[in-house]
Amino acid sequence: MSQDEHPGLTREQLDPFAGKSCGPSRQSRDPIAPSDIRSWIDAIGDTNPIYVDDDASMATGRSSVIAPPAMLQVWSMAGLGGTSKSTTQDPRKELFALLDDAGFTSVVATNCEQEYLGDAVPGDWITTSEVIESVSDVKDTGLGRGHFITTVMSFTASPDPLGDGELIGRQRWRLFRFAPKNRGSGGQAGGDSDRPPRPRPAINRDNAFFFEGTLAGELRIQKCDSCGTLRHPPSPACGACQSFDWSTVAMSGRGTIHSFVVNHHPQVPAFDYPLVVALVDLEEGVRFVAEMPDTDREDVAIGLPVEVRYRKQEDDLVMPHFVLAEGSSQ
Amino acid sequence: MSMLSGKTAIAGIGATEFSKDSGRSELQLAAESVLAALNDAGLTPADVDGLVTYTMEKNPETEVARALGMGNITYFGRVNFGGGAPGAVVLQAAMAVATGVADVVVCYRAFNERSGRRFGAGVQDRGTEPSAENAGYAWYTPHGIVTPAQWAAMTARRYMHDSGATTEALGAVAVAARRHAATNPKAWFYERPITLADHAESRWIAEPLRLLDCCQESDGGQALVIVSAERARDLPQKPAIIKAAAQGIAAPTAMMTAYYGDDIGHLEEMTLVADQLWADAQLSPADIPTAIIYDHFTPYVLMQLESFGFCGRGEAKDFVRDGNVELGGRLPINTHGGQLGEAYIHGMNGVAEGVRQIRGTAVNQVANVENTVVTGGAGVPTSGLILGADG
Repeated sequence: MSQDEHPGLTREQLDPFAGKSCGPSRQSRDPIAPSDIRSWIDAIGDTNPIYVDDDASMATGRSSVIAPPAMLQVWSMAGLGGTSKSTTQDPRKELFALLDDAGFTSVVATNCEQEYLGDAVPGDWITTSEVIESVSDVKDTGLGRGHFITTVMSFTASPDPLGDGELIGRQRWRLFRFAPKNRGSGGQAGGDSDRPPRPRPAINRDNAFFFEGTLAGELRIQKCDSCGTLRHPPSPACGACQSFDWSTVAMSGRGTIHSFVVNHHPQVPAFDYPLVVALVDLEEGVRFVAEMPDTDREDVAIGLPVEVRYRKQEDDLVMPHFVLAEGSSQ
Repeated sequence: MSMLSGKTAIAGIGATEFSKDSGRSELQLAAESVLAALNDAGLTPADVDGLVTYTMEKNPETEVARALGMGNITYFGRVNFGGGAPGAVVLQAAMAVATGVADVVVCYRAFNERSGRRFGAGVQDRGTEPSAENAGYAWYTPHGIVTPAQWAAMTARRYMHDSGATTEALGAVAVAARRHAATNPKAWFYERPITLADHAESRWIAEPLRLLDCCQESDGGQALVIVSAERARDLPQKPAIIKAAAQGIAAPTAMMTAYYGDDIGHLEEMTLVADQLWADAQLSPADIPTAIIYDHFTPYVLMQLESFGFCGRGEAKDFVRDGNVELGGRLPINTHGGQLGEAYIHGMNGVAEGVRQIRGTAVNQVANVENTVVTGGAGVPTSGLILGADG
């Protein structure tokens, strides 16, 4: 859909922006102060002594403490409630308007690289200037179709607020301006950045094994070491024999639908509706609930065979779901 | 048989109006309903020495006592598991009174459950504090079943599959509730009856549940005053004697998600409650001319009729036909309109209706009510009561 709707901007439209300055350079409001450094390293938890201890810093060949390099961008920020003067002269304004008109109305920051070329020390004034480095051709991504915009900020340091500074670092900053993919098609995998996350399972000592199992592509169910009874949901002890000793076994992932619901309302933004959720009799003899997000509600019935599938929901979380088994009726 | 039967009585009932937007604090609703119940009982806040409510109640006993100027409180306790508690709070109060721990115990429940936090919205957050309670949700909410209706629908589907109950049977329950609400001026759905066709055409909430299978979300408060039967006889209202009060958790019981037993459409915890009630009151279904059956979702009314033996297993779909659970039928249920028609006050308004039927003061009064059954929430750890006339 988006290829027809959003053909993207041409090189003729984009090339004039490359190399343009994003407005006048901006100077830090104050010279670097040791108290600012200490506040920052306390908040970040950086314990490197060269930011607070002259002797430690001199042991590295420097002449005094230095500002943490990662504070590069901090010094010349406008501050809370501050406004950037650059808006009036910033060519990005014109570029973003072009992109908006072309349908690329959403924005996500994709990456930020910093390069450290020299030290800043207490007393230095920091001056920042920014240039548009490049605007990419139109690209299709998991988020949707759009253009990447890369800018480069340069930072100089000088003890004299009016003096020419020494280049101490650069920051390359990349944005993606895009037209979001339609919801409802394949949105379950959590690829939509503007979709709120799903309810996350509370993982504790009694159930962590299950979610370790799904990460390994297994549906693990607890089994009592003493009497062999399978149990789900998990429990620290066996209700059949009171043993606290247990291990886990991987289920085949095959079963039949014992019951199911089709959710219509209320609609939680994290899910697509109507949503089929099934209670499944696993063939090993325990029952398990999981959604059937790819299954049409007209195709579901009690007694139908299903198979488990897995989907990565978050970086550290894989969740199971069911699909109708091959060759099942209806 | 417990030692409790006949020792205590409900001597006062009081409620706020039932609405969708009370316009005042939950604490005010609690204080108003408690004061109304005390007035009804001919007692004052200074007489109260016990308070019992739900663990889900957000109005602390201290604040209710302070608002109304109560004196020393010697007994206070709470009951877990939401709508399963209405019979259980009465049981706790009755035990406190019967043992002499307290003399006048007030049970209360008050909330802005429609204009404030709506229970129907379910558990949508990502509460990941690793408690056993939160971990229990791990098997449901990440899969998108997050609301009470969705949890209930899973059980309802299987019950309907096993019993052959159709949407018409669910509709009969909804039609009865709305018929009774239509003649109850306190009911939200006063003068708004529905037909079976209205029910069948209402939109899906969570299949197999439609909108008109689901109880309301309501703002309001309801309170009850429990004293000894002996003291109740000296108070202005005709006592509703607590002939039996019981709780139940059975082996497969869970909080809305009892999906793992052999027969998930059979409410074992409600059967456990029913068996205790019949034994303690020495009564049987034939002695009950009207009952309050907890109606959060219509299929659970069918299941409970079976749990109590008002009909056989799997036969509720036939029992509710032809107006049999409406006024004039064999067993009119939820004569106040129930939680489908009057208001959802976590079952406490149902206890009050049971008291009115015993007193003979219900707007939809059934003739010669010597005994009535009141049930708590079904599909959760639950409770129930048999209330009866004195003597």
